[in-house]
Amino acid sequence: MADLAYQALIGLTQGMIYWLIAAGLTIAFGVLGILNFAHGSLYMFGSYLALTFYQYLGMNFGLAVFLAVASVGGIGFLLERFALRPIYARSLEIQLILLFGVMLIFADTALLGWGTNLSFPPVPPLLAGTTEILGRRFPIYYIFLIGAGVAVFFVIRGILEKTWWGRTMRAASSDREMASAIGINIRTLFATSFVFASAIAAFGGALSMPWRISQPSLGTDVIIPAFVVVAVGSLGSLVGALVAAILIGVVTALGTFYVPIMEVIAMYLIMTIVLIIRPQGLFGRAR
Amino acid sequence: MNWFRKQLQTQRTRFILLVTLVAVMLAMPAFASEYILYMLTSILFITLFSLGTNLLLGYTGLLSFGQAAFYGVGAFAAARILLAYPSMPLAILGGMAASALAALIIGLIVVRHTAIYFTMLTLAFGMLFYEGVQKAELILSYITGVKVPEATVFGGGWGLLDIPRGTIFNLPMDSMVNYYYFTFIIAGIAIFLFYRLVHSPLGLSFQAIRDSESRVAFAGISVRKHRLICFVIAGVFAGLAGAIRTGLLGNVDPLVFHWSTSATPIVSTLLGGMYTFAGPIVGSAIYYIIRDFVFRYTFVWQMAVGLVIVALVLGLSGGIVGSFEQKLLPKFRARFAPDKNQKAGKTVY
Repeated sequence: MADLAYQALIGLTQGMIYWLIAAGLTIAFGVLGILNFAHGSLYMFGSYLALTFYQYLGMNFGLAVFLAVASVGGIGFLLERFALRPIYARSLEIQLILLFGVMLIFADTALLGWGTNLSFPPVPPLLAGTTEILGRRFPIYYIFLIGAGVAVFFVIRGILEKTWWGRTMRAASSDREMASAIGINIRTLFATSFVFASAIAAFGGALSMPWRISQPSLGTDVIIPAFVVVAVGSLGSLVGALVAAILIGVVTALGTFYVPIMEVIAMYLIMTIVLIIRPQGLFGRAR
Repeated sequence: MNWFRKQLQTQRTRFILLVTLVAVMLAMPAFASEYILYMLTSILFITLFSLGTNLLLGYTGLLSFGQAAFYGVGAFAAARILLAYPSMPLAILGGMAASALAALIIGLIVVRHTAIYFTMLTLAFGMLFYEGVQKAELILSYITGVKVPEATVFGGGWGLLDIPRGTIFNLPMDSMVNYYYFTFIIAGIAIFLFYRLVHSPLGLSFQAIRDSESRVAFAGISVRKHRLICFVIAGVFAGLAGAIRTGLLGNVDPLVFHWSTSATPIVSTLLGGMYTFAGPIVGSAIYYIIRDFVFRYTFVWQMAVGLVIVALVLGLSGGIVGSFEQKLLPKFRARFAPDKNQKAGKTVY
């Protein structure tokens, strides 16, 4: 039993990483109505930049994470301004294809910038080491990741519900034209929300830097699990994304405990089952 | 023959272009090197792959990022058949049947969704195939309870190697010229059938679904059923392309299932123009040539493809064929072959 609980904790950590990626994806979709294919690449940039600032430039971990998040926010701003703004009026397929192209460009940019050398991910000394949980050693960094994931959820929730900016985001996501009619500057809002979503992706990437190796294919590797998470949890629902991310992380970890091949197919099995029973996803309204 | 006569009368320019193209393609082996034939054969199967994908994207308005699943199923089915019994027609038919079945099963789940959901689901299912085929032996062991040795069914991560091209009614396919002609005939038939399909009531109903789903539903046409039919046909085209690929390359690895394979027909279609019949065909040829060229000079080919996509979406939105039809074709027609029933600005699919 302790083994299972321990395994579930490992799964929860993985789930939190899924959540950190899916959160920004959900916000960008909710407000802009765009499914950001390049979202995983922003996560990858967050990871690489944090690695650069922390390991190569010897900065403080917190500062490295902050700078990574700020830089990717900048990339997000440029992406929105020069790639997304011209295509808001185009069809969904065209938007997806464009962002797919952007993702390819970003992947090779990372390849040119950081090369294929895989460096062993450094863990900040404060969060290094392990602690005893259920009679086994559990990395402190994993506990930190779980805490950070939960914190991000409450911060986003707080922003969306308590601040004016968050309220305008919710207004725009429920009815864009009406929001525009009552004086919300939709253009500015789109830009700021997209920067916000990019920053969350970068935060996830920066935090997962000591947890998994940064590599150019990271952006494309994480986008598919993120799509599965938002499909299971319903596209546009934050709670749905969190629950689906944890569900997929934990079930995969537990499934792998019994049947090793579950590691690669559990996610797809969950998605298939959920979508057959509830096509709109766990937290979606029936269409 | 009446149909041909009608086409000749109404679309003379296209007919002249088409006949010239076919003649050049047929004469190719007389003067082209084996490498050129290899390239043309590749372009032909990418064309079939792209046409199928464009039936979903351009005609029905569904962007599938999982067509590699059916392409891969066709490729692997053909490989298994050829390894067991070296007959090319059997391999082609087997590949098409297997991918039709796969497309039907996946289709039943995914056609319930549209737009973004459809894209995400097809992408995820495509990757399920990618993961699944590498672990096929392990999965079979768990399902059947009998230990299946690793890398025996689909070859694990390496895939299947040394696949013979087999024969067609005792005619060996080993020579590049024979295989080129075979592919050319198969592709010709498939493209002709595709042309008839998209101009048939069925094809028109696909386009109607793209333009207005609710109107189609009001007209008493089952939208979901038509989407499923479209998905299966697209899957069969992908499977046919995969089977031809297996014969050409003589090996098949799990990468055929990877989502980056699904991107090939999408980029080709975009390149050529997705709202035109010839778009995917021209696009496939150009895509292959660009990729071949880029591969030679740089390892960052993804960036090159990405830049082409971004430039096309932001700049040349109609694709090459689309822009050609709007800008150059009218001039060409006026000068060389004035059509009888031509009307200015009329879009012909």
